[in-house]
Amino acid sequence: MRRLRSLQTLLASILLLAIVALIGSGASAGTQQNFITALVSATIVYGLYVFVGNSGVISFGHISFAAIGAFAAGVMTIPTGPKHLVLPGLWSFLAQHSISNFASLVLAAALGAIVALIVGFPLMRLSGIAAGIGTFAVLEISHNVLQQWTKIGPGPTTLSLVPISTGIGQALVAAIVAAIVAFAYQSSRRGRLLRAAREDAAAARAIGVNITRERLIAFTLSGAIAGLGGALLVHQLGSITTEQVYLELTFLTLAMLVIGGSASLWGATVGALSVSLLSSFLSTAENSVHVVFFQLTLPNGASNLILGVLMATMLLFRPLGLTAGREFSLGFVGRLTARARARSHPQTPEDSESRSEKVQEVEPR
Amino acid sequence: MNVAQTIINGLALGALYALVAVGLALVFGVMRLINFAQGELITAGAYSLNVTSNLPLLLSIVICFAVCIGLSVAIERLAFRPLRGAAPVTTLVATFAVAFALEAVWLISFGTNGKPADVLSNLNQIAIHGSLNLRWVTIIELVAGLLLLGGTALFLARTNIGLQMRASAADFRTARLLGVRADAVISFSFVIAGVMAAVVALLFTVQQPLVTPTFGLDITIIALVGAVVGGVDRLWSATAGGFAIGFATSVLNDVLPASQQRFQTAWVFLLVIIVLLMRPAGLFSSRRGSPVERV
Repeated sequence: MRRLRSLQTLLASILLLAIVALIGSGASAGTQQNFITALVSATIVYGLYVFVGNSGVISFGHISFAAIGAFAAGVMTIPTGPKHLVLPGLWSFLAQHSISNFASLVLAAALGAIVALIVGFPLMRLSGIAAGIGTFAVLEISHNVLQQWTKIGPGPTTLSLVPISTGIGQALVAAIVAAIVAFAYQSSRRGRLLRAAREDAAAARAIGVNITRERLIAFTLSGAIAGLGGALLVHQLGSITTEQVYLELTFLTLAMLVIGGSASLWGATVGALSVSLLSSFLSTAENSVHVVFFQLTLPNGASNLILGVLMATMLLFRPLGLTAGREFSLGFVGRLTARARARSHPQTPEDSESRSEKVQEVEPR
Repeated sequence: MNVAQTIINGLALGALYALVAVGLALVFGVMRLINFAQGELITAGAYSLNVTSNLPLLLSIVICFAVCIGLSVAIERLAFRPLRGAAPVTTLVATFAVAFALEAVWLISFGTNGKPADVLSNLNQIAIHGSLNLRWVTIIELVAGLLLLGGTALFLARTNIGLQMRASAADFRTARLLGVRADAVISFSFVIAGVMAAVVALLFTVQQPLVTPTFGLDITIIALVGAVVGGVDRLWSATAGGFAIGFATSVLNDVLPASQQRFQTAWVFLLVIIVLLMRPAGLFSSRRGSPVERV
């Protein structure tokens, strides 16, 4: 019964993803891109959530896994014919081979996991601000190397001619897979151990949790999901530069997670979809958009201004995010009926259920 | 390349980053808040120099200080004060959001192309010729850095509000219980952060007279990394860390062979990771870091 209850949050997340995909598939080609972007962002945010949400440690490094995934998938799917022309400096092994769309997604996820495992091995000993700066250093290093090393990619120029294969369908399937993986991890023994360490590191160590190892597992898994997200992104855009998978995307994805509520899968879903759609809508409005009765045209940069101010005010009123870090639950229906019953029969003890509802998800097995 | 020249360039850049790190560390000490918006203060100061370039030099410098300090205090009032006591990740994202919004304001008002801010460009002239080329701005950076850092240290050690600030940095709740006026202390740390930002804006525009919307953010991120590497929980170790990263960046730039120079950022951050792993609590911090922190 308990397991069924917790499954609600996964089902609700998948339902929300599917609704976004459904609306997107009915929209015009231009608008559809916004919905695809929302689904791709959700995938990357799930990657971030698996580590940040479960461990409570901040990471600025996840976009580097997305970047590695994006460039690996992009470079390897360009047909070998034109590849020599657009990427003349490439290693001959990379230049002479080309793989299918599906293989490139798997490759990106695998590379993300491997790189996360390697850099996580030393870094997972850090916590707090040191962890933030350490992961940020990873972002800077990978950005610098991708931007300058022409043997493995386009260097400072744009990577173009990547086959465009991320439509609504591929974006939805990948996002659902990411959600299922994230959910399976957080309800597994490993995930629960890490969540226990998030709540009280000292107590978790006292009962024998190896925090460094648990964090490394989560970091590797989240690197894989972020890598997959990066591959989706490059297959959506068809061309990409290193600047597109750098500071701004790091900020946006972190903001999505925190605004949704970083401690729950449901929060990651809500935050990623709502912030991404809002952001896309506002940037479209910079090139003039039709809103019901009037034409809305925003000055260049206004979308970021509105987004920044909205985020700041949102955090002032709901510091724990939209979902307050709670998982989705139909329990509120029960609470509402209980309250209604209490109102008609004042002697009924009120709200005993709702109080138990507020207890966090973490529980020892 | 002359060794002495390399060292002098390193010292000058280090002093600049140290000044940014002081502002960050003061705010962090009192509020436990990593203030990404500090960089926007520097950008604001630099843009104010552009706007006031027709006014007399002294007036435009005064305005630069006023803008930086005013914006610093205003951000604290509007955005950070209500968030006191929220989770560190939340406040971090809030400072991100403020920086993001302000950057958009610069973009709307001034466009993506750089605006010239060259009121102090005379300082680019060479003061001492010979085997060492020493520009005025280098000398002023060193002198201003030393004076301001010394001044801040004296202020914290000798004045009443300085004492209250140190008490708040050590233990905010206990300090409040003992009658430290929290709001005054916090506002004051933001005032000092504003002063530092104005000085950095003035000096940095001499070296890089083209002001873009990300003008201050880039230096702030590097200085922040330096402050954490040095040990952000204490003022002098954070300052030393900021200085060290500026020095290391400048020296690496001169020392690395030409083929490796484009990977300079990667080398600097590799050093950062190595230092963090060896001393998680900070290079100059006496405290040993442990994986479990009870805050």
